[in-house]
Amino acid sequence: MTESWTKAKGVFAAVFGPPTVWLVAFFLAPLAIIWAYSFGHNTSLTQIGITGTFANYAHALRPLYLGIIWKSFWFAGLTTLLCLIAGFPVAIAITFAREKTRVWLLLLIMLPFWTNLLIRTYALMALLRDEGYINMVLGFFWHGAGHLTAALGHPLGEFRPLPLLHNNFAVIFGLVYVQLPFMVLPLYAALDRLDRSLLEASLDLGAGHLTTFARVVVPLAIPGIVSGVLVTFIPSIGAYLTPDLLGGPSSQMIANVIENQFKNANDWPFGAALSFLLMYMTFVAMAVQGLASRGRRERAA
Amino acid sequence: MSRARASSGPLDYINAWPIRAWLAFTAFYLYAPLLTLIAFSFNDSKRNIVWRGFTLKYYQATFADADLITAFGNSLTIAAVSTVVSVILGAMTALLLWRFRFPGKAALEGALGLPIVVPEICMGVAMLVFFTEVVPWPTEMPWPLNLGAIIISHISFSFSFVAIVVRGRLASFNRELEEAARDLGASEWRVFWDVIAPHMRPGLVAGALLAFTLSLDDFVITFFTSGPDTLTFPIKVYSMVRFSVTPEVNAASTILIVLTVALTAIALRLQGTDVAKAEMGEGL
Repeated sequence: MTESWTKAKGVFAAVFGPPTVWLVAFFLAPLAIIWAYSFGHNTSLTQIGITGTFANYAHALRPLYLGIIWKSFWFAGLTTLLCLIAGFPVAIAITFAREKTRVWLLLLIMLPFWTNLLIRTYALMALLRDEGYINMVLGFFWHGAGHLTAALGHPLGEFRPLPLLHNNFAVIFGLVYVQLPFMVLPLYAALDRLDRSLLEASLDLGAGHLTTFARVVVPLAIPGIVSGVLVTFIPSIGAYLTPDLLGGPSSQMIANVIENQFKNANDWPFGAALSFLLMYMTFVAMAVQGLASRGRRERAA
Repeated sequence: MSRARASSGPLDYINAWPIRAWLAFTAFYLYAPLLTLIAFSFNDSKRNIVWRGFTLKYYQATFADADLITAFGNSLTIAAVSTVVSVILGAMTALLLWRFRFPGKAALEGALGLPIVVPEICMGVAMLVFFTEVVPWPTEMPWPLNLGAIIISHISFSFSFVAIVVRGRLASFNRELEEAARDLGASEWRVFWDVIAPHMRPGLVAGALLAFTLSLDDFVITFFTSGPDTLTFPIKVYSMVRFSVTPEVNAASTILIVLTVALTAIALRLQGTDVAKAEMGEGL
């Protein structure tokens, strides 16, 4: 199908040159510089000497930062799990819906995802804050119940709003909110390819819906589950805005520490090392996915 | 066997009440925050909690806020310029990968996928360092040159997405048309302009809309590449939302929501599956 580049060198050069030059100059070069910085140290306030030291990586492994990396993993993992649990029934509903309903359901899932992340996060702030809609509704019921118990001689006292914002709960709530569509779409793609007669056979042979789900649907949907888990996990672990706006002082994730190194602490080499650690985690996750899908293809062949 | 038939009977999960209840709950979870945000932008109360009647005064306030208008204009300029360049570079990339076989092709494809998978924060700090240390972007530049660093960064992350969409479109091109044109004596340029380009057009339009929305949606990379004298919409909104929830922010957000949703809907109509795939980071 494709032709060798030697057959039309002029055309090849015209379409090869600009994108490659752009990619190298304005993407790979900046990343390479950060990578080099991660092996350097601050020699003065504005100078960074690249000495090939691993001190920054060692620094990142100190308990404080190891704790934050661990917390990021934990947040991203919990987010992924919650998205998987919340997303699976949705993906099943979409798969087995009629053609027309299916298009609408897919649109329903994807629409919030086209809205600016900052705006979605802000919408959650308005919902969760002390004067937010959730606390307002709770306060309303509290007052109602207060009148009732006061009549019985046990006043409830002043309503104290639930602390929903600026804590770890809010970060997980926000991450699930943002990542859910990323989970549903790959799950749907895998379930859609599934041979329905297998499900019918399982049901005909007397297995219940839950048994069929656990022993037929889930094993067959593993590829979709793996890619859903990765496309949810990878952006979650590098999330910056959600912990920044919804989190409290103790919900910092890796990205917030990186930002702090570059914008306030002025320790660029350490920030660079952390960025590359985050990048390596991403690559490892993708390599796992690549190996998993290659393994499946070989077994299928 | 038709899909409609297959989904009736025991596999008719969408009509099972637990699934329906779960769908309703998910829809509520996804939409309630955004719909309340939009609704309260029309609410005639500063407290942003209790409904006091319909008003457009926050939209008037938004349009009267000179900073916000400047920021909005800057963001649209950034989006427009980065879209034009991204479409050109993306189309070239798509043509390159679609037509040619060359040494190092797999490596180039991998490198082109990087902007899609690299965590935003990493790209943000890389661009920050690049534009402060390596190629310091001069401050005090006349508009729109002061936006140059942001525009360049946006192009770097969006042209790969455009390439995926356009390449998806090219896959359905009938190469015999190209050969026929060549046999009839058309030059390379004529073949491209009269035969290939018209076929690419829906992909180019969809790619352009995608690049435009990606640029408008971006916060993190803009946050790291904007200098002290460059005000963009997300940065302005960020500084407003950090500490308070106000109806003005609701109004400004509503405008942006309507704009991006409309643009994406058009893109999907034009080139549905390719755009969806590119957004999910697949396909290169």
